[in-house]
Amino acid sequence: MRTLRELLRIARLPRARVVASVSLGSLSVLLGVGLLSIAGYVISRAAEHPPILSLTVAIVAVRVCGIGRPLARYLERLERHDLAFRVLARMRVGFFRKIEPLVPGRLPELRRGDLLAAMVGDIDAMQNLFVLGVAPPIVALVTGAISVAIATAFLPAAGIVLAVGLLIGGIGIPSLAAFSARRTGPRHAAARAEMTTELVDVLRGAPELVVLGAAEQAAETVRTLDAELVHLERRDALMSGVVEGLSTTVSGLTVAGVLVVCATAIAAGTLDRVMVASLALLAMASFEAVVPLPAAASVLRSTIASGRRLLDITGQAPSVVDPSDPADAPRDPAVTLEQVGFGYANEESWALHDVSFRLAPGRKVALVGRSGSGKSSLAALMVRFLDPDSGRVTLGATDARALRQQDARSFVTLDAQEAYLFSTTIRENVRLAKPSADDAEIERALRRAQIWEWVASLPDGWDTFVGEEGTMVSGGERRRIALARTFLADGPVIVFDEPTAHLDQETAERLVDDALHATEGRTVLLITHRPEGLDAVDQIVRLRRGRVEQPGR
Amino acid sequence: MLFGLFATIALLIQATLFASIVARAFQHLPLRPGEIIAFCAVVIARALFGAGFEATGRRAAALVMSDLRMSLLERRLFDMPTAADGAEAGEIATAAVNGVDGLEAYFARYLPQLVLAALVPLAVLTWTVAIDVTSAAIMVVTLPLIPLFMVLIGRYTESKTRARWSALTRLSNHFLDVIRGLPTLRAFNRGEAQAGRIEEASEAYRRMTMETLRVSFLSGAVLDLAATLATALVAVTLGVRLVEGTVAFRPALTVLLLTPELYVPLRSLAAQFHVSADGLAAAEKILDLTETPQTRRLGTDRVPSAWQSLRLQDVSLENVGRGGKVLDGFDLTIGRGEVVALVGPSGAGKSTVAALLLGLRSPDGGSITVDGTDLASLDLRGWRADVAWVPQRPSVFRGSVRDNIAIGNPSVTASEIDLASRAAGFDEVVAELPRGYETHIGEGARGLSAGETRRLAFARALARPAQLLILDEPTANLDAESAEVIAASIRGVDSEQAVLLIAHSPVLARSADRIVRIENGRAITLSDEAVVP
Repeated sequence: MRTLRELLRIARLPRARVVASVSLGSLSVLLGVGLLSIAGYVISRAAEHPPILSLTVAIVAVRVCGIGRPLARYLERLERHDLAFRVLARMRVGFFRKIEPLVPGRLPELRRGDLLAAMVGDIDAMQNLFVLGVAPPIVALVTGAISVAIATAFLPAAGIVLAVGLLIGGIGIPSLAAFSARRTGPRHAAARAEMTTELVDVLRGAPELVVLGAAEQAAETVRTLDAELVHLERRDALMSGVVEGLSTTVSGLTVAGVLVVCATAIAAGTLDRVMVASLALLAMASFEAVVPLPAAASVLRSTIASGRRLLDITGQAPSVVDPSDPADAPRDPAVTLEQVGFGYANEESWALHDVSFRLAPGRKVALVGRSGSGKSSLAALMVRFLDPDSGRVTLGATDARALRQQDARSFVTLDAQEAYLFSTTIRENVRLAKPSADDAEIERALRRAQIWEWVASLPDGWDTFVGEEGTMVSGGERRRIALARTFLADGPVIVFDEPTAHLDQETAERLVDDALHATEGRTVLLITHRPEGLDAVDQIVRLRRGRVEQPGR
Repeated sequence: MLFGLFATIALLIQATLFASIVARAFQHLPLRPGEIIAFCAVVIARALFGAGFEATGRRAAALVMSDLRMSLLERRLFDMPTAADGAEAGEIATAAVNGVDGLEAYFARYLPQLVLAALVPLAVLTWTVAIDVTSAAIMVVTLPLIPLFMVLIGRYTESKTRARWSALTRLSNHFLDVIRGLPTLRAFNRGEAQAGRIEEASEAYRRMTMETLRVSFLSGAVLDLAATLATALVAVTLGVRLVEGTVAFRPALTVLLLTPELYVPLRSLAAQFHVSADGLAAAEKILDLTETPQTRRLGTDRVPSAWQSLRLQDVSLENVGRGGKVLDGFDLTIGRGEVVALVGPSGAGKSTVAALLLGLRSPDGGSITVDGTDLASLDLRGWRADVAWVPQRPSVFRGSVRDNIAIGNPSVTASEIDLASRAAGFDEVVAELPRGYETHIGEGARGLSAGETRRLAFARALARPAQLLILDEPTANLDAESAEVIAASIRGVDSEQAVLLIAHSPVLARSADRIVRIENGRAITLSDEAVVP
């Protein structure tokens, strides 16, 4: 319940739209109820051969319901979709704002594509929260109450029968469905996930499995998983059949019950005989609002589970916050680390111990060490993605903790290891570093990165789409586009974090040469685990298991 | 079909019983318990039919999907082993698992409603004609409106709706893209600015989509209107005729109950149309992947225990799909203890030669022989047990690092694994892993980089007792140091082993005893100096 409230708060549901959506939904059900029950009344009353004029009001009401219901349904569907899109937009923005300060300090694991896609999937699932999860029970409550009230007004016994029927159909059956889903749901989801990853493995590596003689074993694993999945799906199928059958039974028996109490009441003289058909038809039509409830229960369950996962992630405090009274942006292009220690909360050992070195103005320093030696943590400390647990990082002459994050990142430009290219044009990917840059500046940056000629040779030039959905670019080209981005941002201090990762030797050598050449006279830190470029720097700092190994030459 | 017929009959009986019970009460006649019991029985019968439709439909969907998965497995793993790349594999796997949701909609709801949509209007009309011809005439008049409107409006909006859904996918990808690149955005102080962009994009999408939906929902509204208008018309006409006394109460009530039922199956059909179309599309996609299994004659001859030479003679192979030939009159001999490098531009057919030697493909012409015995007549399983292969894009399978090296080679010892890892330069990767050889890797666990994966695959190949090593660019994505470790291992392989080394880098090719270049599908032997990759 707390999760639900929190999620609805993030969704910032527009109140007027919510009222409109629920009202239209209720109206559509009630007009259906009205159409059938008033038509039943018209026929019953007409059978008493009254003057035709006495039926006029009822006949008009039937026509109004007949035209009004499709209209209300149409408007309700539109309103529902509109609301779903609005909720989606707000959920995305709301969660984006919460996630943004946590990256990358608190969420380093988001580097893993599957976790990230799962998180985005959870956010997207939120669009169903209100329209498929919360709204249907409200509509059912409103229309159920009104139908019961009308029935009670004519015959209290009929009202009671209808109320009991609606409660069983609207609460009992959805609870049963939810109970069964709670028992098999997680197992089913796990079986599906397991099957999907296993199939991916097999589809990707089929020739290797065959050559290795492991194909039969892999096939057997898939068959076992398949048997389990089919078993669970058949059980679900049976359960959904039971729910379906029970719904029909409950509504049918309620109608039968209403017929019986009405007939008894007529015999006792407590009900006008023209009302029998009308009340029985009212009962029949009022079940329309309960039909979507089992589905709503399952939507609520799954979106709340998604929501809880998201709130768990976003509930963390950011690793870095801006100081209340920030110092001025630093000037002197130097960085000093004094006895810096840093440890990740979820790991036992420290990532960095007592690391000290100085990046003097205009000097080029290489930081080398194997993967896991703490190099990237060091880069993160220099741009204030993280703050040290002990010791001090000084940018210019100011402690980094006294600076606004924005000022730290304008001062130190980070050419990150995972140079990410967004699904847009090359030009926009570069411009990102400095939105105010004009085309000439972007061209200059691309030239400095030695990628201008390649870009110009493309059929669409720098308007070529790159990234996930765009043209594939090679690792070297990707690195150089990122390099152009770094040159465009052009802070006084530049940190290259593993610019040559995943590149072959020849490409790597040229890239490091070009990067160091283009930053002549700048203060540069080159983080790498490879030998390329080491002969062109002023000093080498070696890092091993979080400690500086030996003073440079 | 039979279910549908019974359900329809139950519907007619229920309406008639309802009218009869009401009419007796109306005439102040006592309740007949028999009628109430019959009514309840019919309700339960309808419930059972409904449950049956739902359960059997969903079960059918699960079984169909399972069949599809099994034939996919059969096809991709045994008939014609093909490697899918990561994105494609993910897409197929998702369709083969989650596609069942759409199929359920098709089997449990769309198909039964399709039967009912044909049966119900016919049955209701016939029954109504028997009761009251005038009402039947009103129904007939409103009925043809439905398909007409459906066709008109459905045609117009279906393509547009599809386009909208794909725009939704794009929008969702845009959001994923932004989240993925968030560290980059933060590094350039562009994080906060993106929130506004996300809102703008979503808002623009909402406005465009709502415009389309306003039109496309009209088709549903028209169906609703036809149903309610028919009910209203029938009710009012019956009322007037009852006053005039030209129709009796009981039949009038029966007809009133039947009228809305006329349209129920059609409306459900329209509502389920898109979901079930998606389900069918998923099933068809997998069906396409599994069609026309290639029949291949399986050899049974024993593999020579220590063969001396492997020969490809005048081998030719068609280029599947693109026409022309990949190999045309290709000759190559690899002797025991020999390292042969195969070079040539990408796309020249180097990896194809590997596929031929592995029995993953069969030549269209020429012969491949092992000490004079045709490869096609050999027991392929036995032949492959004797071959180790590092493919161009090696795979990591779910499991521990140790399982990954020992896969298909259960008798390998811990020290052999260690030795192979060291020779592949993979030991340093293992040293960095939190649980060494026991670390779980692969999908959903720790990932390996391309270079790490390649070294793992090389260790896997070295740990295998094989007479033939096929190495497809074993040093791609590796830094100079690691590449040198591998090159040294290749130079130092057992003199009993034959090696086919597919190489891109000239440095690596020089590790071989002999260099062969593929050009226009033919083999040209080169001397060491002339290597131009």
